[in-house]
Amino acid sequence: MFATALIVFRESLEAALFVGIIAAATQHLAGRIRWLSGGVAAGALGAVLLALAARTLSEALDGIGQDLVNIGVLTLALLMLLWHCIWVSNHTREMVAEAKFLGHEVQSGQRRPWALMVAVALAVLREGAETVLFVSGSLSGSEAPVAQVVLSGALGLGLGVAAGAVIYAGLARVPTRHIFSVTNTLIALLAASLASQLVRALVQAGLLNLGTETLWDSSWLLTQESALGTLLHALVGYDAQPMAVQGLAYVATLAAIYLGSRALRRGHPAPAPVAVAAPR
Amino acid sequence: MPSLRPLLATLALASVALAAQAEDVEALLVIKNHRFEPAELKVPAGQRVKLTVHNQDTTPEEFESKSLKREKVVPAGAKITVFIGPLKPGRYDVFGEYHEDTAKGSVVAE
Repeated sequence: MFATALIVFRESLEAALFVGIIAAATQHLAGRIRWLSGGVAAGALGAVLLALAARTLSEALDGIGQDLVNIGVLTLALLMLLWHCIWVSNHTREMVAEAKFLGHEVQSGQRRPWALMVAVALAVLREGAETVLFVSGSLSGSEAPVAQVVLSGALGLGLGVAAGAVIYAGLARVPTRHIFSVTNTLIALLAASLASQLVRALVQAGLLNLGTETLWDSSWLLTQESALGTLLHALVGYDAQPMAVQGLAYVATLAAIYLGSRALRRGHPAPAPVAVAAPR
Repeated sequence: MPSLRPLLATLALASVALAAQAEDVEALLVIKNHRFEPAELKVPAGQRVKLTVHNQDTTPEEFESKSLKREKVVPAGAKITVFIGPLKPGRYDVFGEYHEDTAKGSVVAE
């Protein structure tokens, strides 16, 4: 009973935390609930389709079909987050500052945050497909009564969603002037985590064969299955036994975001300090 | 990510070229009644191994190993491929996440 709930919780946690962070990052946008729900719904639909095709996909391309789909999804999600971190967030920062300066509603000048919506859909798709496969497998297997599987699955999903709500509520209390820095840092860490997972998927599929030696082993200190380990894995990509190439991808992603943002800001000096001082 | 993508692409191409040259050792692990057969799989150390996992049960399983750093769903009846190693000699625990109490095994590199 609790095994099912635990597995569904683990699978849904990552996507739920992701959605919670994105919801907090876009709280200044009008109509974001619609866009977020759309992303989640599209991801959930995709997850069901992916789970239906799982058998065929798994055996495709000499047994690595599933990895290739995973690699594609991770790459696209990573690109969306990089696009957001480097370009959109700097652009938004300027627009918010300008809007404050001009006394406009911030909402009026915003575009639709499509990159984040796609990233949300992909996160739900990735974690959701495994959940659907697992739950449908438990339902078809004769191991446990249907009601029990459904109930414990719902319990696990509920706990995952609750974790997402908790992080959203926490971030919603961050003062407005800090919220961009906080959510941008979290999204940058999520991007680095995706890059690390992407590299791991490439190695698993036999497409990348370099730097596979273990970088460190901190499983004596904090295993990935522990509650804190699971949470840190979902939030910042904690890995108890990462490969060297995963560490490289992680650091390179953070560096690319940092350098990219700096280059953009140098091009357009941020009007933020002026805007904060101006209303007085 | 302008700096990393070309690098990754180069790495991927280079490794595909390498993979084509080196003959991978093949190994088979069967999942049956939510158990691994063999429970202890011997593979050569220091070589990359093309591991086939065949799930003969009617329910899906997730083949997982923390020490091998692998995690992959195996749908009911499906055969999947996971590349592991090159490994240092030693014992690497594997388990099935969906039936953790029975699906326990190990890969021994020697």
